[in-house]
Order: sequence, then structure tokens, then C-alpha cells
Amino acid sequence: MEFTEKHVMGLKDLLYRMADDLLILGHRNSEWTGLGPILEEDIAFSSMAQDKIGQSLALYEILHEIGESEPDTVAFTRNAEQFHSCHLVELPIGEYDFSLVRHFYFDHQSALRMDMLAETVVEPLQMVARKFRGEVKYHTMHADSWLKTLANGTEEAKIRMQQAINETFPYALGMFELSDYEADLIEAGIFPGEAALQEAWYRVISEKLNAFGYSVPEINNSIPSTGGRKGHHTEHLQPLLDEMTEVFSIDPSADW
Amino acid sequence: MVMDPEIPTISIVDLGIVTKISSEKDNNAFVQLTPTFSGCPALKIMEQLVIDALKTAGYSEVVVQTSFETQWNTNMISEKGRAALLEHGLAPPPKHDGYFELDVLSDIACPLCGSRNTTMHTPFGPTLCRSMHYCKNCSNAFEAFKPVS
Repeated sequence: MEFTEKHVMGLKDLLYRMADDLLILGHRNSEWTGLGPILEEDIAFSSMAQDKIGQSLALYEILHEIGESEPDTVAFTRNAEQFHSCHLVELPIGEYDFSLVRHFYFDHQSALRMDMLAETVVEPLQMVARKFRGEVKYHTMHADSWLKTLANGTEEAKIRMQQAINETFPYALGMFELSDYEADLIEAGIFPGEAALQEAWYRVISEKLNAFGYSVPEINNSIPSTGGRKGHHTEHLQPLLDEMTEVFSIDPSADW
Repeated sequence: MVMDPEIPTISIVDLGIVTKISSEKDNNAFVQLTPTFSGCPALKIMEQLVIDALKTAGYSEVVVQTSFETQWNTNMISEKGRAALLEHGLAPPPKHDGYFELDVLSDIACPLCGSRNTTMHTPFGPTLCRSMHYCKNCSNAFEAFKPVS
């Protein structure tokens, strides 16, 4: 099938959503480096940060191949309004309960998205999706094991985790904000769409949360935190970008 | 021979990351590498090591490309490579048939005493490709090369 201009626009939007989510959450995860509650967790979040930033680079490279700027330019010179990331990834790391729940919601979404894209007609995207699947597996495993452990922990642990699960849920729904090109992406066999992904994701996280002994937030009672995919962000993204791009802004040719 | 910069006992060929080699003329060489992990910081170093090795061997036109065309998995490590990992003190990854449950990480043979009476401590070790384990038989902590599908 020949791609129309709308298919290409839709593909670019899809790639930017994924790459920007991974870059921003990768940066947030790296903020736990040196601060993790135990050494192993410090290393876990740092390793996941490294995976995510590596994955974002591979996606920015695909974007570059289809006409966008160089990965470093795209990552380091855009303002918040030009980012397609969802609100979930830009929120500050907060307490560990929130960071774990965000990690659980995001990485199950990421794993399912990669499963879908492993069958996309866009060959370079298909190749990286197949690669990322093996990496994300370790991320979902890590999230699941902590949600399970804390569900069997002290009363305080259970209460705090359930609160984080409920409060983070509307932000998680924002990951699936519909694209203007939803129908085009589905028609061309590029991506089955955000609505289909949300449905698959809700099924998986409901099953897991039930099995661990938590209650599952209702989709119908939640107002998704949307806007991120269209460049409308919370007040937390720009300060993150200012920090992330500090060295690049001082000296764009810096090397180390 | 180009060795892995982080595990100096294993060559990149035995690691399984060299996915294409070609040469059209006497002095020209093309090599394709595939990353073990997307975020592996050793990748750029390995590209450079391949270029340097080929230049030393007399190839003046060298192209090294990194591509996801072939997705690396740990079954691509050769038998010689598995022995080289062990020599470095790393338990080789369990073989799999494309899909595996992460329970396999709790059944790793200790590289020091060979016992399977071990437990996984954390799947995230000092580098992306390693997990950390404890041997209940010889009471040593050890690292394993993680299985990747």
C-alpha cells in the first residue's frame, strides 16, 4: 500500500509520542540514581532509564530517516509545546509508591504497544519493536514484583500503593489520547490504534491488580489527563527540559 | 580479533552481534553489528574497535553499520562464547526457544561451584546485560548474563 501524506503524518506523530515518552520517563527514572530506597532499586531505575533513552534514540533515528532533524537536535532543542509525550511521564518522581505505579502502568502499555508494532508494515519500526520487547519484559517483571510484594506488606504499604494506583490512573489514561490520524494508521496497517491499545492494557493491568489484591480503578469514573500528545503539558515538563538540555545549551558541540 | 570492551574474554563474533560481513574489493570491508541492548553504551566503542582492527589488517575502505535488522538474542552466543563468559566469572544465559518465563533466572548454575542451589537477587546488575545472584551452596554472590529473547 502506498502511504499518503496523512499516513506519514500519523506515523511521525506515533513515533514522536513513543520516543518523547521514553526520553522523558527515562530522564525521570534517572533522577532515582543515588536516591533509590535500596541499592538494587537505585540500579534498577538507572538501568531502566538507560534502556528507555536507548530506545528513544532508535525511534528518533527512524524519524530522522523520514525527514525529521537529527536525534540530538530533536531531543535537545525543542520546547515543551513541541513534545508529544503524555502527562504521566513528565510528573516529578514523587514518593516511591508513585514512581512504582507509574512504572507499572507505563511499562505494561509499552510492552503491549511493542507487541502490536512487532507486526507493523513499517519495517524499521517493526525491527525495533521486536528488539524492545525483550528489554521491556524485564521492566514489567520488576514493576509486577514490587506491586505484589507491597500488596503483601504492612498496612501502610497497602494503603499508599492503593492510593497511588487510584491517583495515577487518570494520568495513565492520558497515554492513550487519540491521534488525529487514528483511522489512517489503522487503515494502512501501521498501528491498530490507541483505543485498541487502551483496551488491551486495561485488561492486563486489571488482571494483575486483582491478582495482587488491589482494587482496580474504573475507567468510567475517571477523567483522562489528556493534551500532552498535542503539546499541552503540565507545569512540570519545561523545567525538566531546561535541566536536561543545560549542557547542550551552553555548548552544543560538547563531547565526552 | 575484537573483544567485548566490558567482557574482555569474549569476542564480538562469539557474542553473536556481527550480523553481516562483505568485501567487494581487496581493500574494502563492510560489517553490520546489532546491539545487545538498545541502550548499550559499549556499542559506539565496538564500532570503533572493528574499524581499527580492519584498518590494521589492511582494509582502507571500512564501513561499519549498526542495525536492528537482525534482533540479537542470547541464543546467538556461540558455545565458545558461553565458555568465555564462564571464564570471566559470568554464568552463561539459559537457552530458550524464543519465549521464556523469567522464572529461569532463579535456576542459574553458580559459575564458581556449579551448584544450582542459587537465587536471583536482582535482574538489574552493573551493566544492562547482567543480573545478580547468590549461591546458597558456596555462599558467594555472582553475576549472570541475562537471557534475552
